[in-house]
Amino acid sequence: MRTEELIVILAAGPRAPSRSAVAGRLGWGVAFSVVAAVLTLAFVVPGGIPVHALSARLGTTVFWIKVALPLSITITALCVACRLSQPGVRVGLAWQALLAPFVVVWIVALTVLLAAPADSRGALIFGHTWRACTLNIALLSIPALFALMRAMRRLAPTRPALAGAATGLLAGAIGALTYCLRCPEMEAPFWATWYLLGMTAPTLAGALLGRRILEW
Amino acid sequence: MTTLASMAPAPDDTGRMQGGGQTAARSDAEHRLTVLLESSIAGDRQAYCRFLGELAKHLRVRLRKHLWRQDADLEDLVQEVLIAVHKGLDTFRPDVPLTAWISAITRYKLADHFRASARHGELFQPLDDDVDAPGASPIDSFEARRDLTRLLAALPSRQREPIEHMKLYGRSVAETAAKTGLTESAVKVGVHRGLKALTAKIRGKTHEN
Repeated sequence: MRTEELIVILAAGPRAPSRSAVAGRLGWGVAFSVVAAVLTLAFVVPGGIPVHALSARLGTTVFWIKVALPLSITITALCVACRLSQPGVRVGLAWQALLAPFVVVWIVALTVLLAAPADSRGALIFGHTWRACTLNIALLSIPALFALMRAMRRLAPTRPALAGAATGLLAGAIGALTYCLRCPEMEAPFWATWYLLGMTAPTLAGALLGRRILEW
Repeated sequence: MTTLASMAPAPDDTGRMQGGGQTAARSDAEHRLTVLLESSIAGDRQAYCRFLGELAKHLRVRLRKHLWRQDADLEDLVQEVLIAVHKGLDTFRPDVPLTAWISAITRYKLADHFRASARHGELFQPLDDDVDAPGASPIDSFEARRDLTRLLAALPSRQREPIEHMKLYGRSVAETAAKTGLTESAVKVGVHRGLKALTAKIRGKTHEN
């Protein structure tokens, strides 16, 4: 086909351009992901959401500090993913913003570990639920990963692997955020290890998937 | 002209271009194209037609520097970029310079193109394979081989229409189903079978040559 013909076809073809497309698609993806993750936690994960324990925890400051970790990663990863979904937009400062929660939680965790007596450090890291934690976060991020990848596919990422990784991290952060409803652990070294490990799985999956399915 | 023609791909130039475009005065061509694109997004089809036409010219100048088997691949790639621009139209932001946006799309399609040629072993063909039989201009044989319209026309409408709606116009499965009156699964099956048939046809013709 001649390029001139293609141009005529494209110009005559229907399209619904809207400037809010990026915010809209990713926004709906996030909303769906949060709902799906909460439902998965409530009905699929054995044990569900412990309502009594949770309502007792809601009044403590440390619970909200814990929530701040995945919440800040959710927001910054969304920002990075959003920027990666548009050609020619520089991620720039959003990278640093995304890195900040990781750095902060590690500094806090190391401080706590150094201040603690040597024989209790293991307990601070492993808590009681380290086996379930990483696995559950990864599990909760699966529906989010699908929903967000779907949204990303309809945008225009020019660096597919990177965009996929950012999408995966966003899904993982949503999974971790949801898991806070269940998780009884209140020590920073625990979050710094198992929460971040749980988010790594969807991030890697996202990078691998991105390379394959984020073509446009 | 200078800005668009000289946007050679460097690995990290997305940021630089964005910053540069905002501070420095934009070139005439970029300004004209941006205005055309703005009116296209507002719904002016003629402006869109002119925008794509002018963009195609710039792309030819730019892409020629990067290609091996010049003539055949060039138009192919120009069309790929135009389709990508069309599909990604709603990711264009007024605060990003047009050059940065187009440049990122072009770089992406160029990388895609090199990956695909590497997969098919074309990058390592001996040079004399590039010389076509005397008399036939490369562009003619290329067009004869890959004339998308003709290939599409040979498909049954159950396959052709879903492909046109979904792959060319970027509609969703549901929209395509509504437009064609087919069920959603029939649309998916149609696209799948149609693309398979097209691949087979293109392959068949390539072997004949």
